[in-house]
Amino acid sequence: MALSPADVLAGIKEIVEEVAGIPAASIELGKNFTDDLEVDSLSMVEVVVACEERFGVKIPDEKVTELATVGDAVNFIVNAAA
Amino acid sequence: MPIKTKTGSESSIFSVGVYRPSRLVPNSEIVDAIDSSDEWIIQRTGIESRRFASADESVVDMAIGAAEQALSRAKLTIKDIDSVIVATITYPHQAPSAATAVIQRMGNPTAAAFDIGAACAGFCYGVAMAHDFVRAGSSKKVLVIGVEKISDFTDPTDRATAFIFADGAGAVVIGESDDAGIGPVEWGSDSENRDAILMNPSWIDVRDTQTQLTKADVKWPNIAQEGQKVFRWAVFAMSKAALKALDSAGLSVNDLDAFIPHQANVRIIETMAKEMELPDSVVIADDIRTNGNTSAASIPLAMDALLLKHPELHGKLALLIGYGAGLVFAGQVVKLPPKP
Repeated sequence: MALSPADVLAGIKEIVEEVAGIPAASIELGKNFTDDLEVDSLSMVEVVVACEERFGVKIPDEKVTELATVGDAVNFIVNAAA
Repeated sequence: MPIKTKTGSESSIFSVGVYRPSRLVPNSEIVDAIDSSDEWIIQRTGIESRRFASADESVVDMAIGAAEQALSRAKLTIKDIDSVIVATITYPHQAPSAATAVIQRMGNPTAAAFDIGAACAGFCYGVAMAHDFVRAGSSKKVLVIGVEKISDFTDPTDRATAFIFADGAGAVVIGESDDAGIGPVEWGSDSENRDAILMNPSWIDVRDTQTQLTKADVKWPNIAQEGQKVFRWAVFAMSKAALKALDSAGLSVNDLDAFIPHQANVRIIETMAKEMELPDSVVIADDIRTNGNTSAASIPLAMDALLLKHPELHGKLALLIGYGAGLVFAGQVVKLPPKP
């Protein structure tokens, strides 16, 4: 099922807020998970697993390190779901 | 002629005993070598301190310390024990086993005795085997010991492991019981991820480079792990395995009094509890905060700490789950031992 980037961004905002306690309003496409949002490596795993469940996609461990920004994650999920 | 066979009875845990090395090592003592901080370690793992055994606290010394306390609490002696299982990955001899050193030194040199290597799942593997021995009539009273001296196999400069692992021992006496005190084991492996936690190099590699052993860049089979991969597996696969163990015992999370998972990382424990939707009434063991991750020893150590803090849990139902290098796991519901 095709997902729109806007829907995926909205979902990621909710997940990151829930997992890492970061206000959804501060989560933007250009923000880096580690440097800007201070999501640590273990929280990132939780975010990834929550995204997999929510969007019905598989995000392999080796891909996780490539998802530096919120935009990277949105693109990966949209493409994986297409 | 048919072969005559035996059958035993249900089993239960009679007692738990521990040995905690005397040296408590705060984060401040290890942070310089890994360019880290107390706050960083606490945030990632929940660990505030750990215990490292000294040169005169060997794997066998610690195993015996835990066994003596468990036997004394069960009002038994080593002579009452007919088999001894030692779960460890840090006994520095491949043969003979640590278990035979335990029975020899404790004074029951003819009991059945052997070691098992299931890393951080070793204790739960041992409990499952002890239960099956009693059920099958192979043993009447089994001593299961989880013991590790991981400080001997940890690189103090490894930023992925140096702050996690620790030393210690825990033991339980398992024996015949009228009522079921140990539920069915749920166990298995994810051997596609054998590399996620491992000790490298092999002893053959050590032999072939032994002339370098005195050099600073000594090769030694130190423990290594891929933290994120292990975290993902531990949290999401192990919470499912733990719930399966509960289901196999015919119970639900609402029937549980305590949850005693392997003490790998506070973040794993908390996320598992969330995934499993454990009600607030379930007391969750968190011995790791002050005693670190002691691999095969962590569950009995955490059980002992929990019972000291919450004596009302004696005789109540606890869910155990061990998981570690292999990757391997085992979990079961047990009735916690009665008050000594």
